[in-house]
Amino acid sequence: MTEKHHDYTKTTPRFSATFDPFTVSQIQRAAATGIYDIRGGGTKRKLPHFDDLLFLGASMSRYPLEGYRERCGTDVVLGTRFAKKPIHLKTPVTIAGMSFGALSAQAKEALGRGASAVGTSTTTGDGGMTPEERGHSSTLVYQYLPSRYGMNPDDLRKADAIEIVVGQGAKPGGGGMLLGQKISARVAQMRDLPEGIDQRSACRHPDWTGPDDLEIKIEELREITGWEKPIYVKVGASRPYYDVSLAVKSGADVVVLDGMQGGTAATQEVFIEHVGLPILAAIRPAVQALQDLGLHRKVQLIVSGGIRTGADVAKALALGADAVAIGTAALVALGDQSPDLADEYAKLGTVPGAYDDWQDGRDPAGITTQDPALSARLDPILGGRRLANYLSVLTMEAQTIARACGKSHLHNLEPEDLVALTMEAAAMTRLPLAGTDWYPGKAGF
Amino acid sequence: MQTIDLNTTTLRELNSRLQTESAGTQWTISNPNGRHALAVGLTQPLEVAIEGHAGYYAAGMNQQASVVINGNAGQGVAENMMSGRVHVKGNASSSAGATAHGGLLVIDGDAGARCGISMKGVDIVVRGSIGHMSAFMAQSGNLVVCGDAGEALGDSLYETRIFVRGKVRSLGADCEEKEMKPEDRAIVATLLEQAGVTDCKPEDFRLYGSARTLYHFHVDNASAY
Repeated sequence: MTEKHHDYTKTTPRFSATFDPFTVSQIQRAAATGIYDIRGGGTKRKLPHFDDLLFLGASMSRYPLEGYRERCGTDVVLGTRFAKKPIHLKTPVTIAGMSFGALSAQAKEALGRGASAVGTSTTTGDGGMTPEERGHSSTLVYQYLPSRYGMNPDDLRKADAIEIVVGQGAKPGGGGMLLGQKISARVAQMRDLPEGIDQRSACRHPDWTGPDDLEIKIEELREITGWEKPIYVKVGASRPYYDVSLAVKSGADVVVLDGMQGGTAATQEVFIEHVGLPILAAIRPAVQALQDLGLHRKVQLIVSGGIRTGADVAKALALGADAVAIGTAALVALGDQSPDLADEYAKLGTVPGAYDDWQDGRDPAGITTQDPALSARLDPILGGRRLANYLSVLTMEAQTIARACGKSHLHNLEPEDLVALTMEAAAMTRLPLAGTDWYPGKAGF
Repeated sequence: MQTIDLNTTTLRELNSRLQTESAGTQWTISNPNGRHALAVGLTQPLEVAIEGHAGYYAAGMNQQASVVINGNAGQGVAENMMSGRVHVKGNASSSAGATAHGGLLVIDGDAGARCGISMKGVDIVVRGSIGHMSAFMAQSGNLVVCGDAGEALGDSLYETRIFVRGKVRSLGADCEEKEMKPEDRAIVATLLEQAGVTDCKPEDFRLYGSARTLYHFHVDNASAY
């Protein structure tokens, strides 16, 4: 038997922290293809997030509510500022805008079914409203986007609310794209595009620029819909104090604020990872803007981007949001990233949990695809059931925390219920660092 | 013919009445004074005459109605029109006919920047000239310009046909001149006739369309992205 000795004259291979293996593979990919990497989803980098906050719970000075007996309300009314018909949701967890085109018709139907089952809203996306989606969504928000693909006044009148999209968290300042693989005959027809081409969406609205114009645009939309429907303005998190102020000035009933963890169907990796703010950093300035205008809780704030658990919901509401929206998490609930699909993900060069080629149209879960055979794998009824389960869990988890903080409604959660675990989170949220009464920027330190 | 005087009627009352009116009725709107969102969201084949200047989004999202503006029109006239006819007797500001899906928009004067931006099937006839970035990302339909076109005409164009009789300052990315075929001349002849233009001949127009090089992302076109 020959003994094998370790060679102590050499160090082990050392990867650079700067040129780490993933970065090296990015350079190699760029050199091989000559075009930027496009993928779906939101940012994957580690960011200050709701995990960096904790609730204090009740103690000597606060009385908790009994879990199974004492009521903790969860409903929310959106659009109370100007709309004649505000929408009333049973849970403050809504479904974010995702297009038919980016998603299969089955996935859109499943989102509608799941949301409707728990009394919340779902939202269209770039490309218009499908009859299936309208039919299966008790409350449907109609997105009004720069491209106006599929935009028509009949659908506008069928909507329960209108969301003017200025930007989204995954790509503030960016337009959309939908690669040719997903421009099926039906998608092409709805968007009035040639089949199979790469669809580009404009980054700016075609008939207004800036908040003064937007105010007139909102007036037009209200005139067309009889001043009935709540009008949301959605912005990607970048300059939340000013963006929220200007959205309010423009006449929004509701502001939707989407952090960089929010997903996209297809965007350049470099854009997803390097533009915009994490949602944690954006909520406090947005709420401050509403408070400074005397309109907090009068103009409602919906936040999105990285909402995963009832704790995230509760923290967002405690920071001053009126509701949240989920997109990526909703797709996971439908079946995205399922371990059952490991073999098929392997064929696409990935693993469950990391699949992000949503632009590619080959989703084995049948969600981010227009391929008829793949789409047929998603049972909209079963998918809707799973989403409804998940939404119920989010709501119950948020209630659990709210009761522990002594709150009889989720909206009674407040910043004073929270502390920050890190200096970064404390600075971004102006919540005290746990165990102190101080946050960075506060005088006296 | 019924008259609605905007000196004594609110915009809400005006639009509410026009949106619920039955087909075939005729309306005159007096004293518009540049008010925004005039005669928007109409759904019936009414005839509406706006006696003066209109602000932004006049006849926005029009369906079936025929709206004549006896004056100038502000930004986004007939934006997202689905069907019907909108006729501006004066000049139109920027984004005229933006994203419109159908119908006919006629502008007797000039149109500003971004005329026909993202148009999706509408036909637009401009007797004067159009500003820069017109027909940006235009998807389908026809834009007929009897005068000149500004910079970057048809940038990032899809399948709209652009006919220009005068000079084109410059073409945008992926827009090129195409051969004018008899069927193209027939389209121009029909639209000129519908617009009531009698002093231009179809053979004097040149056709511009998409070179289709941006239809699929490719490294050789990187500078255009």
